[in-house]
Amino acid sequence: MPQVTLSVNGATHTVEVEGRTLLVELLREKLRLTGTHVGCDTSQCGACVVHMDGESVKACTVLAVASQGANITTIEGLAAADGTLHPMQEAFREYHALQCGFCTPGMVMSAVDLVQKNPQGLSEPEIREGLEGNLCRCTGYHNIVKAIAAAQDVMHGRRETLATAAE
Amino acid sequence: MYDFAYHKPSSVADAVKLLAADPDAKAVSGGHTLIPALKHRLNKPTSLVDLSGIAEMKGIRREGNAIVIGALTKHEAVATSAEVKAAIPVLAFVAKHIGDTQVRNRGTLGGSVANNDPAADYPAAVLGLGATVHTSKRKVAADEFFLGMFTTALEADEILTAISFPIPEKAGYAKMRNPASRYVMAGAFVSKGPMGVRVAINGAGPCVFRQAAMEAALSANWSADAVAAIMQDADGLNSDIHGSAEYRAHLVTVMAKRAVLAAG
Amino acid sequence: MNVMAPFEGIGASVKRKEDLRFLSGRGQYTDDINRPGQLHAYILRSPHAHARITALDVAAAKAMPGVRAVYTSADMAAVGGIPCGWQIHNKDGTPMAEPKHPVLAEGKVRHVGDPVAVVVADTRPQARDAAEAIAVEYDVLPSATTMAHAQAPGAPAVHDDVPSNLCYDWHIGEKGAVDAAFAQATHRVVFETTNNRLVPNAMEPRAAIGDYDTTSGEHTLYTTSQNPHVIRLLMGAFVLNIPESRLRVVAPDVGGGFGSKIYHYAEEAIVTWAAHKLGRPVKWTADRTESFMSDAHGRDHVTRAELALDAEGTFLALRVHTQANMGAYLSTFAPCVPTYLYATLLAGVYKTPAIYAEVKAVFTNTVPVDAYRGAGRPEATYLLERLVDVAARQCGFDKLELRRRNFIATDAFPYQTPVALEYDSGDYFSTLSQALETADWHGFEARRAEAKARGRLRGIGISTYLEACGIAPSAVVGSLGARAGLYEVGTIRVHPTGSVTVLTGAHSHGQGHETTFAQLVSDKLGVPVNMVDIVHGDTAKVPFGMGTYGSRSLAVGGSAMDKAMDKIIAKGRRIAAHLMEASVEDIEFDRGTFRVAGTDKTKALAEISLAAYVPHNYPHDELEPGLEETAFYDPKNFTYPGGCHIAEVEIEPETGKVHMVNFTAVDDVGRVINPMIVEGQVQGGVAQGIGQALLEACVYDEGGQLLSASMMDYTMPRADDLAPVSVATHVTLCTHNPLGVKGCGEVGAIGSPPAVMNAVVDALRDFGVNHVEMPATPPKIWSIIHGKNGA
Repeated sequence: MPQVTLSVNGATHTVEVEGRTLLVELLREKLRLTGTHVGCDTSQCGACVVHMDGESVKACTVLAVASQGANITTIEGLAAADGTLHPMQEAFREYHALQCGFCTPGMVMSAVDLVQKNPQGLSEPEIREGLEGNLCRCTGYHNIVKAIAAAQDVMHGRRETLATAAE
Repeated sequence: MYDFAYHKPSSVADAVKLLAADPDAKAVSGGHTLIPALKHRLNKPTSLVDLSGIAEMKGIRREGNAIVIGALTKHEAVATSAEVKAAIPVLAFVAKHIGDTQVRNRGTLGGSVANNDPAADYPAAVLGLGATVHTSKRKVAADEFFLGMFTTALEADEILTAISFPIPEKAGYAKMRNPASRYVMAGAFVSKGPMGVRVAINGAGPCVFRQAAMEAALSANWSADAVAAIMQDADGLNSDIHGSAEYRAHLVTVMAKRAVLAAG
Repeated sequence: MNVMAPFEGIGASVKRKEDLRFLSGRGQYTDDINRPGQLHAYILRSPHAHARITALDVAAAKAMPGVRAVYTSADMAAVGGIPCGWQIHNKDGTPMAEPKHPVLAEGKVRHVGDPVAVVVADTRPQARDAAEAIAVEYDVLPSATTMAHAQAPGAPAVHDDVPSNLCYDWHIGEKGAVDAAFAQATHRVVFETTNNRLVPNAMEPRAAIGDYDTTSGEHTLYTTSQNPHVIRLLMGAFVLNIPESRLRVVAPDVGGGFGSKIYHYAEEAIVTWAAHKLGRPVKWTADRTESFMSDAHGRDHVTRAELALDAEGTFLALRVHTQANMGAYLSTFAPCVPTYLYATLLAGVYKTPAIYAEVKAVFTNTVPVDAYRGAGRPEATYLLERLVDVAARQCGFDKLELRRRNFIATDAFPYQTPVALEYDSGDYFSTLSQALETADWHGFEARRAEAKARGRLRGIGISTYLEACGIAPSAVVGSLGARAGLYEVGTIRVHPTGSVTVLTGAHSHGQGHETTFAQLVSDKLGVPVNMVDIVHGDTAKVPFGMGTYGSRSLAVGGSAMDKAMDKIIAKGRRIAAHLMEASVEDIEFDRGTFRVAGTDKTKALAEISLAAYVPHNYPHDELEPGLEETAFYDPKNFTYPGGCHIAEVEIEPETGKVHMVNFTAVDDVGRVINPMIVEGQVQGGVAQGIGQALLEACVYDEGGQLLSASMMDYTMPRADDLAPVSVATHVTLCTHNPLGVKGCGEVGAIGSPPAVMNAVVDALRDFGVNHVEMPATPPKIWSIIHGKNGA
């Protein structure tokens, strides 16, 4: 059985997998990091989005063996070591951008990548377009868009806190 | 997914050997077409040859009047490449609008073109620019490369290594997306340059194809009006729950007009 | 100290307590749970819409690696069929046809996805590998996918014992009065429409884990359910014959439901039964493709409606004939959806004096159809609000004036409709005028002209809707065929030092109960929200409950909690009277403080609770120690949220693509507990309504294959398909529940589809278009504009 060694949220793991094992299965079943979810089987819903070497990927469409040597960050590893939420997590709470919570981990991980890739700032339509890879059935996206718009200002240092951004 | 053996060669030569040794092997890079198919058990390869570790197949460079892009180059890299944006901005535009961010972060030029999904974006750019496909064995002109639905000139043990895109005077791309899958329902890539005036249509038919009547019209008069009256024959076009062949035929004209406008 | 605390009671937009765990990946959904020694089940499903199973050989599968068992219906002979929770009676008084719904196919499959066999193996891939080794021979039969086909002469019978494919033929209202009114009418408007079939697609696929404790004999089922007690009742009593005392059902964090997780599904019984049989936990998790072919679908009505009006536009009578697709089997609440949740809503916000509706429910070779967000009420609202627009256009009335002319007057409540319901409150004129102003209705023509200059066709549409939720009372629904009560249960447990645990039979799967319910307690008992914990979703913890659906949680579940808090206060007053040596009549209570009236003698709730649990100085002669109370609340009536939705769209004529550009919702949901959560519920409901109107279509081909079987072909609304939605409320209080609340979970999905479709038709006004069927997809619109066949 193939072995894969990878770093997840800063900790190195060596795991036995099958060739067909998906990264999301490795995370959920081998490492019991169940914050990363599976919502579809056609690579569309984005519930499984994690960061692989700093970029968002759908963990349901990456073979575990292909993550050899990779640096993975999951939703469990997004907050600071002392538990302080990432500005994106904080913004989702502040703007009521989640309801059932199932799409939320993938949505947050995608949103972080989207904002990181666009330091110039994103307009509302650009945020909507940037969420193409993530489905949410609860919120109608409205508050997700607002949360990302607020979080980007904090992430890019244009505002210090969300409370200011929320005004 | 059925299980399979997994190989990750570091050279084109090794990859070719692995593919030649196993007739049921499949090459994979980003995996964004293959893995969903494997998940639905539509495909049963005995081994996967992961090309992503082959350094010689990566990178974007300008060679004379062409941009050469390694097959393993991810869509996101093409979309954000200063080199591409300067020389063939529409190619960066095409890459920027493939799938979603996560697809662009994993999917590769070579994977998309070698797979030749009728609803993929890149084949339209390759055909529409008259690009040259570099393989482990030879160089193939775009006009000879795309043979039919999911079928190309690539042989079983042949690997697409790079694509050379001639720099056009002007080029544009427009597409209508399938509302559910977001793949292309009908798209048009138009260009004018060293390879002449070219119009490549994707999404609408079983395979990307050139629209001769539109090419003739644009050769005589490069304007949206020139293609506005040219009707694509619906015969042989795709038809499904998202739109009839007649609708797609109509979209071909609309997208061609928009592509010409985008090209300027 | 409390003086400085932010207000957290009724009306405050308190941030959600549940968010921290969801945002940090610490939610616990069913598939996140793993039991020691757990095995994995994979269900082999029918690839055919209709076939007899002529041979079924599992020997090869049993020999595959890791396989522990393979079961077919032959192994489950002692297991009962899946029960239906509602019995409708035909016009002639006879009961509906209720064919058996086996857990695994018994000799015949009736829809693509019908479970045939189950493999249990060490891993999920092994189970799936082995399922492919099961040899099934099918004798494929002709199938009936549409209701028209199922009712045609010589149509194949989905169930051999129901040769007509007719489940029931039901009616409501006064046919004679309606016929007489039509005879007098100046205008008669006919409208025919199909309400498109939808797939709920909660983002979390269904999952279930069966666990059996061989020492205690207790069964535990972890499942993705909106109502664990109902599952325990249905599965325990009717399917597996397990007494409630030995069956625990846990519905942990659930990733959305929208109705699809109300019902008792075969997989729940399979894993519970197999875990007992094998003595090991058994887990099953659907992949999305399975969800498409096994979760109950929604809507799927075909209707012909006729409206009679006098010369001034006053509605005289409404006549409706509806066919409702039940699919291949009766899902838990399917029969009541097109009857008591649909036809009773046909008065809408209008004082139509005579209404008669006939509903035929039809079996077809498709996935069962049941309640999906709104359930019957979106179908009624869509029908009425499109019909009113069609009537206005046909008869030359202004569509706003026609609505106002027929609105039930604001001072006419309580108002008895001709179709059984008695509305308690509402103010349709105010929600209309507020929405018109917010949407700048009167400035629309300028926007239309501006859009035209850009080559776009712009349209505006309105819907003035009403819905009934918090379905009740038990005695009434029982007389109408419900096989369950529809009350709710709440327990308030005040702990010795004053923190509170609430046990509720409602279930939160996105609604934010952990916050809203805590606010109720905070408001009434004066306990800070962070000192109130809500427990739900576990039959071993919560006394009983009917769950969450039909926008009932606050109106029914919240009212139960309110009643339980009344009991807490009543007992607390007696304890306080004892401690402060006053008479009970003199003890007042306000937000956490018991006071002897007219004095400064007070006791805090925490002092009372401490006395109750450490009863050294306590009125033992008259009271038991402890401070915990349970209430069962059975509502006196439905609640009636209503409001006005206005949609604005732009159409690209070249492609037929419809763009949402503006949406305004003004809803009367009764008293608002948490405005932030109410707005979120409306936003989400509107998105689903826009999805139905513009994007979503569940499509079968003639052979019964599900063409829209994945998200590649079923259009889920994405962020860029939608536009910002303006949400506001205009409140009239519910008069019969203690909180004055009406419910907000479904209003968005109910009010919005006709608003969007009225806007689409309005955008196409220059093309002589009278109606467009949902969903208004690009090829459909293009066909209309260009007179061609695009779809």
